[in-house]
Amino acid sequence: MRSAALVENKSALVELVGVRYRVRDAKILRGVSLQVHPGERVALLGANGAGKTTLLRLINGLISSSEGSLVSPPVTQQAMLFQKPPLLRRNVLDNVAFALKRRGINPIEAEQVSLQTLNRCGLTGLSQRYARALSGGEQQKLALARAWVTRPTLLLADEATASLAPAAVHEVERLLLEICEQGSTLIFATHNRGQAKRLATRIVFMSEGRVIEDRATEDFFASPVSQEAIDYINVERV
Amino acid sequence: MIADAFLQALALVSSFDPAVISIVWLSLKVSGAAALIGALIALPLAAWVVQTRSLLREPMIVLLNASLGLPPVIVGLVVYLLLSRTGPMGALGWLFTPAGMIFAQVILVTPIIAALARQVLEDAQQEYQDLFASLALSRWQSLQTLLFETRFSLLVLLLAGFGRAIAEVGAVMMVGGNIAGHTRVMTTAIALETSKGELALALALGLILVFIVVVINIAAHYARQVLRRRYA
Repeated sequence: MRSAALVENKSALVELVGVRYRVRDAKILRGVSLQVHPGERVALLGANGAGKTTLLRLINGLISSSEGSLVSPPVTQQAMLFQKPPLLRRNVLDNVAFALKRRGINPIEAEQVSLQTLNRCGLTGLSQRYARALSGGEQQKLALARAWVTRPTLLLADEATASLAPAAVHEVERLLLEICEQGSTLIFATHNRGQAKRLATRIVFMSEGRVIEDRATEDFFASPVSQEAIDYINVERV
Repeated sequence: MIADAFLQALALVSSFDPAVISIVWLSLKVSGAAALIGALIALPLAAWVVQTRSLLREPMIVLLNASLGLPPVIVGLVVYLLLSRTGPMGALGWLFTPAGMIFAQVILVTPIIAALARQVLEDAQQEYQDLFASLALSRWQSLQTLLFETRFSLLVLLLAGFGRAIAEVGAVMMVGGNIAGHTRVMTTAIALETSKGELALALALGLILVFIVVVINIAAHYARQVLRRRYA
């Protein structure tokens, strides 16, 4: 019997059923069930320790659920953005082309496609710069370009703008929306309620490893049902 | 007396004395070969330790770290016994030859490069493991990328290994025998000439040895910068 599973079906891009994850005695996820459909932009909201990052890492295949014999490998083309983007010690262009070259695409084509993507992200002029010498905002845009170049069906972002200045946040948000307009589905964790309102079509509110509310963005912010969600939204207003 | 010896030493160095040049050249060959062979053994070993989930991983890490403190004279003694005519490797005929000295230095240098390379690779792996996993890289692809990403640090480790080899005296003295024109290298020559009271030659070789070590460090520093600038 599979008590936890990450499976694909025809209607949902990702479906999680009763997923549990624990580290020693700590229960990080306590039976999360969730379906994400193509084209959705889902924000994971919740306090620190709610399980948002763990859920993203599990969907991305970086970790496996503790229960259930199967977490099926994702067949979708996935990419993930991290709060602190892990950049290779190479120039900007090579960082983007890396993802393609590793998939067997010939280097010349990989660089051409990478340059086009850098252009979309406003990084063309920086293509020969050492990636780690870029500003925080530029680094995150570079990580986004590296994700975008692989044409991800599913894009995951774990507080990708948490340490960026407001201007860079809006730039990254604009790019995320552009990627989604081209067909990617987005699941992102954030503490920024404004960002959730701007980007998400749906809010999954989590608390202590459980999904407490799963509703359309307008509905969630207009009339949160659970006390946890009400408290969470009110904290921002205070 | 010291001033005289120093002036004579400078004269020996500036005149490119053939005896001095021969000793320096042999030192560079022996230590260069030892560092290269050591790196060829150490880097795959470090990469294996970083990637493996084998039960041998932890004992290997302990062994590598412990090997950092290997006393050169003990290595010299063991290699001497191995290479001596009745030893298990006696048939090679390497005792009192440059090959034997390289063998001893490889034993000294390999753990240093391996232990430091393991740390470098492991730190890089920590940094990149999520990226590699999210890009679904195979273990081999991850390893290739790790080695490439740490190339500047690994280059410095290679030079550190060379520095250790060229400054070593105990093992090469025992295994090489310090035979003039055959196995006499800078460190063994310095030790011998000092004991004979021939301070000029000892000082000349000492100056060259210090010069080489300084050049290696400057080379390592600028190699890092030049390679880095290439990507800046």
